[in-house]
Parts: sequence; C-alpha cells; structure tokens
Amino acid sequence: MDDARPAQRKLVNAMEPGASRTNYLNADYGLKSWLLTRDHKRIAILYLISITLMFLLGSFFAVLIRLELLTPHGDLVQGDTYNKLFTMHGIVMVFFFLVPSIPAVFGNFLLPLMIGARDLAFPRLNLLSWYVYVVGAAFTLWAVITGGVDTGWTFYTPYSTTASHTNVLTTAIGIFITGFSSILTGLNFIVTIHQMRAPGLTWFRLPLFVWAHYATSLIMILGTPVIAITIFLVGIERAFQLGIFDPALGGDPILFQHLFWFYSHPAVYIMILPSMGVVSEIITCFARKRIFGYEFIAVSSLAIALFGFLVWGHHMFTSTQSVYAALIFSVLSFAVAIPSAVKVFNWTATLYRGSISFEAPMLFALGFIGLFTIGGLTGLFLAALGLDVHVHDTYFVVAHFHYIMVGGALMGYLGAVHFWWPKMTGRMYSEWAARVSAVLVFVGFNLTFFPQFVLGYLGMPRRYHVYPDEFQVLNVMSTTGASILGVGYLVPLCYLIWSLWRGPIASANPWRAAGLEWKVASPPPTENFAQTPIVTEEAYSYPVREAEVV
Amino acid sequence: MLQSLFPENASTIAGQVDALFFFMIAVSAFFGILIAVLVVVLSLRYRRRAGTADDVAGEAVHGSTALEVAWTGIPFAIAMVMFYWGASVYMTMSRPPDDAHEIFVVGKQWMWKLQHLEGRREINELHVPIGQPVKLTMTSEDVIHSFYVPAFRLKSDVVPGRYSTLWFEPTKVGTYHLFCAEYCGTEHSLMIGRVIVMEPNDFQAWLSEDPQAVAHGAAAAGSPRERGAGLFAEKGCVTCHKSESSAMGPKLAGIVGRERTFADGSTAVADLAYLRESILNPREKIVAGYEAVMPTFQGQIDEEGLLALIEYIRSLRGEESGDVEGSDG
Repeated sequence: MDDARPAQRKLVNAMEPGASRTNYLNADYGLKSWLLTRDHKRIAILYLISITLMFLLGSFFAVLIRLELLTPHGDLVQGDTYNKLFTMHGIVMVFFFLVPSIPAVFGNFLLPLMIGARDLAFPRLNLLSWYVYVVGAAFTLWAVITGGVDTGWTFYTPYSTTASHTNVLTTAIGIFITGFSSILTGLNFIVTIHQMRAPGLTWFRLPLFVWAHYATSLIMILGTPVIAITIFLVGIERAFQLGIFDPALGGDPILFQHLFWFYSHPAVYIMILPSMGVVSEIITCFARKRIFGYEFIAVSSLAIALFGFLVWGHHMFTSTQSVYAALIFSVLSFAVAIPSAVKVFNWTATLYRGSISFEAPMLFALGFIGLFTIGGLTGLFLAALGLDVHVHDTYFVVAHFHYIMVGGALMGYLGAVHFWWPKMTGRMYSEWAARVSAVLVFVGFNLTFFPQFVLGYLGMPRRYHVYPDEFQVLNVMSTTGASILGVGYLVPLCYLIWSLWRGPIASANPWRAAGLEWKVASPPPTENFAQTPIVTEEAYSYPVREAEVV
Repeated sequence: MLQSLFPENASTIAGQVDALFFFMIAVSAFFGILIAVLVVVLSLRYRRRAGTADDVAGEAVHGSTALEVAWTGIPFAIAMVMFYWGASVYMTMSRPPDDAHEIFVVGKQWMWKLQHLEGRREINELHVPIGQPVKLTMTSEDVIHSFYVPAFRLKSDVVPGRYSTLWFEPTKVGTYHLFCAEYCGTEHSLMIGRVIVMEPNDFQAWLSEDPQAVAHGAAAAGSPRERGAGLFAEKGCVTCHKSESSAMGPKLAGIVGRERTFADGSTAVADLAYLRESILNPREKIVAGYEAVMPTFQGQIDEEGLLALIEYIRSLRGEESGDVEGSDG
C-alpha cells in the first residue's frame, strides 16, 4: 500500500521516521481510516483535536469578557451580548472541554495501555461516543452561530424557560446529546477496568490514574442521566409550557436547582479527579519514587466520588432552602474536602527523599498542587454557611471555581499533554519553551484570579456587565493576568504542533517512567502489546536506592 | 490600602462574618503556606544533583499510617470548627427578631420595589433606621433575583412564588450598595440601588413625608394594610370570609401563626406562604368543615397586591381575635 502512495509515504517519514516500524499513526492512512477507527488511541486523537477547537472557542469568549471588564461602564459590548459571552464561555468550557478533556483524550489513550489491554472493552461504543460528542457540539455551535444563548451555563429557571429569548432549546439539545458521550465513555472505562486488566494486575497495583478514572466513570454514569433529564425538562417546559419549574404554571424553580446541582456538583469531580490521577503519575515519575500512601490516594478518589453526590445543596444556601437542609449540606461539604486534602499531603510527602527533576510535566504538576490547594481551601469558605451568604454569587465564587477547574483541572490536563505527548506522537517538544509556558500559565493564572477573591469579598456580584468604579483596579489586574495566561496557552499550541515535524524522535520511555504504557514503543503499535504482559510488581516500582526507611 | 480590600461594615452581623472570614484566612494561610513551603523545600532539598544518573531512584519511603491518620483527623477537626462557626452565624441570620421593622420587597426585571408598612414606597432605594432590626419580606414578579447588601454581608434570593426573608440591624449611618446577585437577564447589572441608613429621628421624619412627594409616585396610595382592605372589599373576599358562624369561608381574624386543620386531616401553620397559596390556589388546602367553593385569584392580583392583602389579613386581630374558634383552625 505504501508503494502505491508515494506522497503519503513522505508523510509517514515526517510523522514517524522511526521508519520501518508500524504504529497506530502510520498503520493506515486516509480520512476513512480515522473516522471509522476503533483504535482507542486514534479515538483519543480525534477527541484531542475536537476539544482543542472547543477550548479555543471558549477562550475567545473569555478574552472578550476580560476586555469588557477592563472598564466599569460596559462600553465594549451590549448587556445582552455580554450575557451571551459568559454563558457560552461556561457551556463550551464545562460541557465541551473540561468534562471530556482528560478522560476522553488521556483516559482513552492510556487506560488500555496502563492495564495491559489491547483496547477498551467496547471499541465501537468508544467511536460512537466521539460521534455523539460531535453531534452535541454541532448543536451547540449552531446555537452560538445563530445568535447565542444567555441563560448562564446554569440554566436557572424560570429565566431559562420563560424569560430568555435566545437559543435555549438548541443549546439544551446539544448538552443533552453530549451527555450520552460521557455516559458511554464512563461505561466503557468501568467495564474495561473490571474485565481487562493484565494477569497479575490486581486492584491495588493499578496506577492511580486508573483509580481516578474509575471514580470519574462512576460519577459519569450515575450523574449524567440526571442533567440530561433536567435539561430535557427545561426544554419541554420551554417548548410546551408544561408546569415543572415555572411557578406561574404551578412549578417550582428551586426544584431545578436541586436537579441541576445534583449533577453539576459531582461534575466538578469529573473535571478534577482525572487531573489528580495525572498528578500522581507525574510526581512519582519525576521524584523517582513510589507514591506516598498509595491506598489512601486510591480510596480517597472513591470517597470523593461518593461524597460528591451528597453536597449539591451548598450551591443553594441563599436560595430559600430550609435551614436544616443547609446545615446538613454544609457539614457534608466540609467532609468532602478531607479526601482532597489527604491527596495533597500525600503528593507532598512523595517528594520527601526523592530524586527530583523539573521537566515541564513536573512543573505543571507542582503548579497544580499550589493552585488546587488554594482552590480547595477557598472551597471551605463557601461551605461555611454564614460566610457563604456574603460571598455567594460574587467574584469570590468565580475565583474559587476557576482555581479548581482551570488552576486544577487545566494544569493537570497540560501536565498530561506534556507528559504523554512523546508517547502519543513519538516526538519530543522544546523542553525550554514548555518550561516557560508552565511558568507563564502559573503566574498569569494567579494574577487573573487571585484579585477576584478580593473583588468577591468586596461584594462585586458575578455576571455583571457594568460595575461600580471602585472595582476597576482589581479588574484591570485580572485582565492583565489573563493576557499572560493567554500567551501561556498559545505557546504550547505552537511548539507542540511544531514538534510534530521538527521535534526529536522520542524513545519508548523518555522520562524513564514506570508503568506499562512506557514499555511499548512511542507511538505504540495498533495492538498495543504483541504479548499480554504479566504484572508482578506494585505500581511505580522505581528501583529502590536504599531501603533504610520502609 | 486595607480599607480598599474589605467592604464597609455596617450591620450587627457584618462583624461576625468578618471574624469568621479572618479565622478561615488564618487557617487557610497556615495550610497553604505549609504546603507551598514543603513543596519548594522538598523539591530543592531532594533535587537530582548534577552528575547523578537520571534513573537513580528516590528512597523507599512509601507511607505512614500514623501520618495518614493525623492529616485526615486534624483537618477534619478544624473543618468541624469552621462548620460550627459558620452554622451559628447562619442561624443568627435566619432568625429575625420579633420586633423587627418589616418592609415588603418585590423584585422584577430590572428594579427593586419596596414598601414600608407605614405606607412609604421606594424604588431601588431603601431607607432604614440605625440600631433597629429590619426585616424584609421579599418575592419576585418574574424570574429569580437576589437582594444583596455587601456592607451588611447579607443576601437572599428573591424567588417567584415564594416569600423569602432577610433581616439586619444597621450600625452605621451611610449609603451602601444594593445589588441583584442572581443573574436575571439583560439589565441584571443595572438592577442595583442604594441602602440609606439614617438616624432614627431622620428616618421617622422621612417616613412621614407625604408619599406623593416620593419621586416615583405611588400607584395605590396608603399603607399596604389600607390597600389590602380595599382589595378585600373589591375582590369580594368579605362576602364569604365574615365573622358570622354561617359564613361560607373560614374567619380570617387572627389566623396568622395558627395551626389549621384541613379536610384530609393534615395540618399546617398559617404563614404568609399559606395565605398566598390559599388566595391563588384555594383548592389545594381546604379547611375542615368548609366546602371547596372559593375561586382562584391567580392572575388578578399582582405581587404587591397579594402582599397588601396578606398584610390586611394579618392585621385582623384586634377586636375580632376573640371570635376565632378552635374548630376553624
């Protein structure tokens, strides 16, 4: 076949000058071989391209938001436009970037490799999940192009069902459809982890990345149906005036909030748990040590998945819910912080007596610990009832969840991109440029979002297009930081794409990491393992220097 | 500089919220700095030295149950202190004193309409006296809004179909921001106003100014009670809800706060929400001993009118309260 296509033969050389060896990238060519692939690694690449495009779109909205907020007067865009910008920023980033990000790209690519399997349990279902995602994204993009939507990503009723004159239905259909993509992915991961582990790979020998994805998948299949139903109910109330949430029709608007947050709070853990898994992999590798407290990190992922379903009411402390419900949700919200704290302590302890180096993935992972710690600690402020009443729906909340979802989840994602890029593409990127971008992202992020904690405590409500003059200084700081952050995101896009053509060839294990995925070639062959590996060791079995402390 | 980092403190609860905030900042700073210092110090102390082969491993320090118990237990204990502190402040916020000066608030896209029980009405401005508890009874005509006064550290959502309350005791004369904190559409960020805290004498003088002089005017003159009395007559409520025992409807004097027993045997305390439901959806709860004959007034009375009517019913105590029989409710 290669002989028949000399032009593509050239491309092969460009992509994979490891030459004669066949891998999943050069095994077959042509659009069809990608669009009908059942290879988990190729599906991961399809997801990588799709979510990167959605990330760029969501970032574009963020740029306009930050530019608008440079001045207090609302002079760049009209109020309606601003409302659409923050709504579409949230919807695109949450449902079409953060939720699928690490699971759909790295979970897909790595789970079979990490457990010694040739593919996921249901390869066709896996491909279907990508198509479902694309159809959902298409509806949402259609809604954006034909005028946008202005309900906020939270779709609060009765605004979304009665008052908004924008494309609520189209967007709702898009999110409804995309939810099934999550459910299919979660189902596939759970079955794969249960059924397809290599001989000897017991549960407590699994990499923590796998544990994190197991917990994430549980939330995906248990939580996503609820948001699907909720969005569906919004759609039918809007389309047919059935009284579900609108009090004028006999409905209850607070019911919507219960249903929405029953999914959307656990969804935060869908976004952050996979990042935690990534950080566990990276820190052990660059400290050359087994993780500290393996079982505690593994079980804490499950604890987060479980407790995460019991805290949704903390989004509703000012919503007129009963005082006693608020007390219970508050105490449970404090409880859910503990497993996250346990993880942070264990990662830190892993550094002790390590042999630590600071390549780009490690910088992102260490950055994750810093930002996630701030995000987690400020979560306690919001769980404290009397304090939440003041800061609820202010920029304090905006800052908090960006520390978790961008500072945490996105740092983890970038760490994963840099850590496994050589494995996925067979190429090394510019280490120097990557370190610069890690620093830019960390500095830019803090400058963007830390001032927003102050803004929030001062009382600036979120979703304000026009704001009192006294808040301008902090907003200018925030926009300045966002510019640095933006550069920090664009630089990797450049050097990573450049590396595909000019990057040095990656060896099978450029970081000298433990883990089955590093025992196969970079990029891996389509079938992953010529022979099913037999696992005889714990995860992260870096050779021990001296066993003076056990 | 510090003043620009913290909002003004103008209510009795604000100091309590700030104290909790400072406590949490102290604890968070301790843990945040602890983690940051540990990460930096350990990273530098155990960095791979130049000349060391890059596959040299770290030492086998893989876990410590004692440490795990400590860093699970200690944060949990601290978190429970935070919970208790936050909850106690919240309980104070959610229990208005009985002698609070009550004000009705109706939110709509995109303005705040406020009415003092003495009659004075305001739009996007709220005048209150210093040193006296004030209780807001709030609802919305359309979508969800949220009444937020940062200087008081208080907010409450304002939900259509429900009455929410917010109470505070101002401690400092001045003018403070009033924000809508729940996104409500195009002019959400313009649904703002001012809370003006006055000396009690100034406030009394302000209250008794001629309502007609208020810039925005008043559609229906007089206090909510007077307007409610008008509606009670105009809508024909009085035809059935009168004090003879042969009346078609239950007597209303003194019912607020009493337990009502319904035809199906269930009971409920007659609060504002109950009265509202009974006007808009009278078949939902039928008082034992009465027929389900009352028509709905859904769509016939606006939110301000409903509050006025309820205020009038609430005022029916005085000479008639002795007439209320146990069998009614």
